[in-house]
Amino acid sequence: MNWGVIFLLAIGALLGLFLSANAVDVPFHLHGLVFAVAAILGIFAVIKLHFDRKGQVVTGYNDGVVRAGVIASMFWAVAGLLVGVYIAAELAFPSLNLGLSWINFGRLRPVHTSAVIFAFGGNVLICTSFYVVQRTCKARLAGEIAPWFVFWGYQLFIVVAATGYLMGVTEAREYAEPEWYADIWLTIVWVTYLLVFLLTLTRRQEPHIYVANWFYLAFIVTIAMLHVINNLSVPASVFGTKSYSLFSGVQDALTQWWYGHNAVGFFLTAGFLAIMYYFIPKRAERPIYSYRLSIVHFWSLIFLYIWAGPHHLHYTALPDWAQTLGMTFSIMLWMPSWGGMINGLMTLSGAWDKLRTDPVLRMLVISVAFYGMSTFEGPLMSIKSVNALSHYTDWTIGHVHSGALGWVGFVSFGALYCLAPQMFGRQRLYSLKLVNWHFWLATLGIVLYVAAMWVSGIMQGLMWRAYDNLGFLQYSFAETVAAMHPFYVIRVLGGLLYLSGALIMVYNLWQTARGAIAQETPLLAVPAAAPAE
Amino acid sequence: MMTHDKIEKNSILLLVLILLVVSVGGLVEIVPNFYLGSTIEKVSGVRPYTPLELAGRNIYVREGCYLCHSQMIRPFRDELERYGHFSLAAESMYDHPFQWGSKRTGPDLARVGGRYSDEWQVTHLTDPRSIVPESVMPTYGFLATTPLDTSQIVNDLKANRIVGVPYSDEMIANAVADLRAQAHAEDPGVAALVKRYPGAQAHAFGDAAGAVTEMDAVVAYLQVLGRMVDFSTYKADENLR
Repeated sequence: MNWGVIFLLAIGALLGLFLSANAVDVPFHLHGLVFAVAAILGIFAVIKLHFDRKGQVVTGYNDGVVRAGVIASMFWAVAGLLVGVYIAAELAFPSLNLGLSWINFGRLRPVHTSAVIFAFGGNVLICTSFYVVQRTCKARLAGEIAPWFVFWGYQLFIVVAATGYLMGVTEAREYAEPEWYADIWLTIVWVTYLLVFLLTLTRRQEPHIYVANWFYLAFIVTIAMLHVINNLSVPASVFGTKSYSLFSGVQDALTQWWYGHNAVGFFLTAGFLAIMYYFIPKRAERPIYSYRLSIVHFWSLIFLYIWAGPHHLHYTALPDWAQTLGMTFSIMLWMPSWGGMINGLMTLSGAWDKLRTDPVLRMLVISVAFYGMSTFEGPLMSIKSVNALSHYTDWTIGHVHSGALGWVGFVSFGALYCLAPQMFGRQRLYSLKLVNWHFWLATLGIVLYVAAMWVSGIMQGLMWRAYDNLGFLQYSFAETVAAMHPFYVIRVLGGLLYLSGALIMVYNLWQTARGAIAQETPLLAVPAAAPAE
Repeated sequence: MMTHDKIEKNSILLLVLILLVVSVGGLVEIVPNFYLGSTIEKVSGVRPYTPLELAGRNIYVREGCYLCHSQMIRPFRDELERYGHFSLAAESMYDHPFQWGSKRTGPDLARVGGRYSDEWQVTHLTDPRSIVPESVMPTYGFLATTPLDTSQIVNDLKANRIVGVPYSDEMIANAVADLRAQAHAEDPGVAALVKRYPGAQAHAFGDAAGAVTEMDAVVAYLQVLGRMVDFSTYKADENLR
C-alpha cells in the first residue's frame, strides 16, 4: 500500500475542508469542498489500485490512462464546442443571455475558451504524449499512481476553473483566468506531468529521443514557465477567491501577452506538432520527410515564438520598440512554421493516394494545411499597419478559429481516430464513412465560420475609421454593431456544423469501444483512376 | 548532424537547452519595461481607486466586461475623435490586473467616465436595448438588487498595497467609511474622502438607509474611467526623451 500518497491525499482533504469552513465567499467554500471530495475519492482509488494489483508488478505499456484521456477528450470537445455555439448565439440574439448572471456572455466566454483549449486540447496532449512517449521509448510510463494523478488532477483543475467562471471567479486575463488557488493546483499537477514524462524518457530503450518528444518536452516545460510567471498574484485573503496580479498596467499587459501568445505557441502549436510528427508518419506509413528540417524547425520555432507576444499590443501604451520587436519576430516565425508544415505534408510523398481512401489521414493532412494557412495569416496580422485595422475586430476571432478548428481540432480528431481502436482493443474504427461525414461537416463549418469573421472583422474595422465627405465619422458605434448581425448568425451555423461533426465522432468512437463494426462498402467502391492507355 | 546527436541522446541536456532557448525573448522584451521611463512615468492626477471604485472594478472584472470592451485608445484620428485622447501608460499603473482588452464587441471604455449620467449608466446596464436598440450587451439588472459585499474591502486595499498601490494606513482604516460616503453625496464623510482621493466624485446613489448595491459600485468605477488626468493641463512634451 502506498501510504505516502494516502497521507498526502488525507492532508489535502483536511486542507480542503479547513479552507472551505473558513471561506469568506461562496465560491471558495464550494471549491474547498470539491478539493476535499476529490482527495477522498483519490484515497479510495489508491486503495483499490493496491488490491486490484495484489502486489504484482505490472509490465507492458500503461494504456489505461491513455484510454481515459481519449474519453475525457471527447467529453470536453462536445462540452467546449457546445458552449461556443451558445455564446456565438448570444452575440447574434442577446436575449439568450436570459438575464441570468452565470450564463451571461462575459462569464461563459472563458468557459468556452478554457474548455476547448485546456480541457479538450490539454486532454488530447496529455493522452497522446503518454501514448507516444511509451511507444517511441519502448518503455512503460514512469510511476503507477503519478500518471493517474496527472489525469485526474487536471480534470479537477478544469472543473474548479470552469465552475469558478460561472460564479464570476476570474483573474480577467485571457486564457489565464483561473484564480490563485486553481493556479497553484495546476502547478503541482503540471510539475508531476513533467516528471512523469522526463522519467519515462530516461527509461527509454532507444538511444535517440524521437522528434515528437522534443516538441512534447518543450511544450510541457515552457507552459510551466509561462504559467508560473504570468499568474504571480497576491490573494486578498487566503480564505477567498479574489487575488490581485503582481504586475499592473503595461507590465501586466506585456507579461500576459507573452503568456497568451505562447499558450498559442507552445500549447496549441508545439504540443500538436508533436502529434503531427508521430501520427502522420504512422498513419501514412512513411518516414518523416526530413530529419534535418525537423531539427531546424524545432529550435527555430521555440526560439522565435517567445518573442511574438507584443503583437497583441500594437499602438497601445507599450513602447514602440517592443511592438516592433514583437512584429519582426512574428514575421520571422513564418519560416519555421512553414518549415514544419512542409515537413508534415511532404511526409505524404508516395502515399498521397491514401487521402482518397483514408479519411483519418485526410483529416490529419488537412490540419497541417490549416496550420500553414493560419501561420501565414498570423504574421500578416502582426504587421503594424494591418493590425491597425484588424485589432479589436472579429478578424482576430476568425484567425484564431481557423487555427483552432482547422489545425488543433483536426489534428486532435485524427489522433483520436488513430488511438481509439487500439485503446479499446478493436481492430478498426466502427465506420470510416462516419469519419468522412465528420470531415466534411467540420470543413464546411470552418469555411462558414472563418469567412463570416473575415468579412465582418474587416467590415467592422473599415466602418470604425470611415469618414463622410464633410470630415465627420461616418458611423456611430451602434451602427457597426447592427451591421455585424448577419455574420454572427452565419457563425452560429458554422459552429453548429462543426459541433455536429464532433457528435458524429463521439458516436463513432463509442460504437468502436463497444466493438461494433458498421456494414459498409469501402470508401472507393469503384477502382480509382486507371492508368492512362 | 553529428552534434545534435548528443542532445537527442540526453534528456536532461535537451531540457536545459530548451529552457535556455525559450528564456531569451521574454528577458529581452519584458524586463526593460520595469525600468524604462516611458513605461513607469508618473502623470499628475493618477491616483489609486477609491474603495467604491475598486469594488466596482472587481465587479467589472468578475462579469468579464473586458471580453467585449477595451480600455486602450490607440493614437488614430478616428479613435481620438470617437473616444478621446489616446491612453497613457500611467493611466493603468494601478490596474491589477490591466483591463486593456483585445476585442471591441462594444465600444472602448477608457474614457467613458463623465460621458453619460449615473442614471443613464444604470438604465443602460439594466436594459441596454432600451437606450441602444442595436446593442448585443447582456442585461445586468441583477447588480441593482445585489447588496455590495464590503466585508473584504480592507483586505482588498491591503493586497493592492502589497502589489504596489500606495494605499496609506489612513486610507485602509477608513475604507468602509469612504466607500459609504462616495455612494451618498450627502454623507458628512465626503470631504475626508476627497482629501484622501483628490478628484473623487461622490454619487447620490441608493436609499437613505445606506444600502450600497453592486450597481452603485460599477457605476462609480465607470464614471472615473479616463478622468484622472486633466488633458487640458497635460503636457505631453514633458515626457519626451
